[in-house]
Amino acid sequence: MSFDVAGVRRQFPILSEIIDGKPVHYLDNGASAQTPLAVIDAVRKYETTSRANVLRGVHRLAERATEAYENARAEVAAFLGVKPMEIVFTGGCTAAINLVAYSYGQLLKAGDRILLSELEHHSNIVPWQLLRQRSGIEIDMIPVTTDGRIDLGKLPGLLTPRTKLISLAHISNVTGALLDVKAVVAAAKGVGAKVMIDGAQRAPHGPLDLPELGVDFYVFAGHKAYGPNGIGVLWAKPELLDAMPPFHGGGSMIGRVTFAETTWAPAPRRFEAGTPPIGPAIGLGAACAWMRGLDWTAAHDHEMGLVQRLMDGLQKIDGTQILGPASLQNRYPVVSFMLDGVHPHDVAQTLDSFGVAVRAGHHCAQPLMDRFDLDGTTRVSMAPYNDTSDIDALLAGVAHAAKTLR
Amino acid sequence: MSDELYQEKIVALAKAKTGAGKLAAPTRSARRDNPLCGDRVVIDVTLDGQGRITGIGHQVRGCLLCQASASALASLAVGKDAAGIADIRHDAERAIGREQGAAAEPYAAFAPVAAHKSRQECVLLPLEALKDALA
Ligand SMILES: Cc1ncc(COP(=O)(O)O)c(C=O)c1O
Repeated sequence: MSFDVAGVRRQFPILSEIIDGKPVHYLDNGASAQTPLAVIDAVRKYETTSRANVLRGVHRLAERATEAYENARAEVAAFLGVKPMEIVFTGGCTAAINLVAYSYGQLLKAGDRILLSELEHHSNIVPWQLLRQRSGIEIDMIPVTTDGRIDLGKLPGLLTPRTKLISLAHISNVTGALLDVKAVVAAAKGVGAKVMIDGAQRAPHGPLDLPELGVDFYVFAGHKAYGPNGIGVLWAKPELLDAMPPFHGGGSMIGRVTFAETTWAPAPRRFEAGTPPIGPAIGLGAACAWMRGLDWTAAHDHEMGLVQRLMDGLQKIDGTQILGPASLQNRYPVVSFMLDGVHPHDVAQTLDSFGVAVRAGHHCAQPLMDRFDLDGTTRVSMAPYNDTSDIDALLAGVAHAAKTLR
Repeated sequence: MSDELYQEKIVALAKAKTGAGKLAAPTRSARRDNPLCGDRVVIDVTLDGQGRITGIGHQVRGCLLCQASASALASLAVGKDAAGIADIRHDAERAIGREQGAAAEPYAAFAPVAAHKSRQECVLLPLEALKDALA
């Protein structure tokens, strides 16, 4: 069965817009994906039939809102292959990483070590640097291979008995390389370190089985996974959530408050202080349900066919170079490239005039740019709704930039 | 639309690379970074006793707009002091629509940037660096 890309496209209203006379060739999914009617309808249903605060009221709107919110938690859990009460809703992926850095970080001592990689997004670097300032932990870094993968060959030499946590991107938001998570988990076990995976770029490509992967923490953002803005997810093993102190204090996260002492609610409430982003959570639940309804074997083949078409096309344009794995094995449809003699921002701006949306720059991964001595790259990031016309429009734009701008 | 943004005049300015490179013995130098896009400009100048520019060199790691602006600036800078450079800055601001009035050449070439807010800093970065060098 071939993949019904037209059928998928019809579910995303923005893809049939004509903007300034140009169709929407949206290839900036790694920054933010588009959202399907299923999500828009779920949020609209909450706002028009169930809007109220959650976990506080006894009236029927509050009951409806709470039920929809908790159903969303269950949808996200099903998407990750875990239990609903292990899902913490956060404000985003960055917020989820900061939560772990703060709350799990409270359990660490000066001299404990955290292991990151050279290709991490700034959001998986800076929260650990803040923790280092607060509590004197140390940060180690796994280097990246010439083809843009985390060099797991260097992993054993970097693990120490003081290494408490390894936190790595599941898929690089720059090179598209897929991490061998199981190999990391196996190595971490040897020293008793926990493993956190930043799934920001992986979640948009289909359901996961976290227990099978064997990780301890997993985080992702709603808006990159066809859901609304302002919502993200932290999953952690229940024993870790139980051991972690709260991050924010406020309503909902308490057991009992007196001025002498306050006790904490159990997870996930302990980590959801205040009124949560209810509509966005409901939208994310719908996005997870939508993703679970897609045939990802076919979708992935379709996406990787587009990657091949892109790579073949770029190769025909003089002076292009790809930053990332050349093979389609263990890689996802995020492709960064450079065009000799043309700055990435000029490539992206030219592409905009062809109706093609991409991202250019350092992609919040400056250490990786430094590693390759680059100012930036042009990044093409795909979703199942992209088709050959998107890739062909992009290639025409790159060829035009090559011809006119150098 | 951006096709107009990269009109021939701007591309020609960038390709001309007027004043591109380091000076051997600059009186002053300054570097400016744009944290948003990572563009970077280093400007070297030599000055006479009255603070007038006698030589200028620029190194741009940045986009075409930034390169074109550095080129335009270098073509005008020699003989100018800080006040003269401030006048050129007004011209640049007029060209990109941040100030009233018509801009003179060569900055008039940047008129299409008026419609691209996110790219205006690219044009101003070399002027910022030169201002720092003269401060
Ligand atoms: C790998 C990776 N991690 C984390 C993030 C941060 O996500 P957010 O900005 O939605 O919190 C991103 C977003 O670009 C990302 O690509």
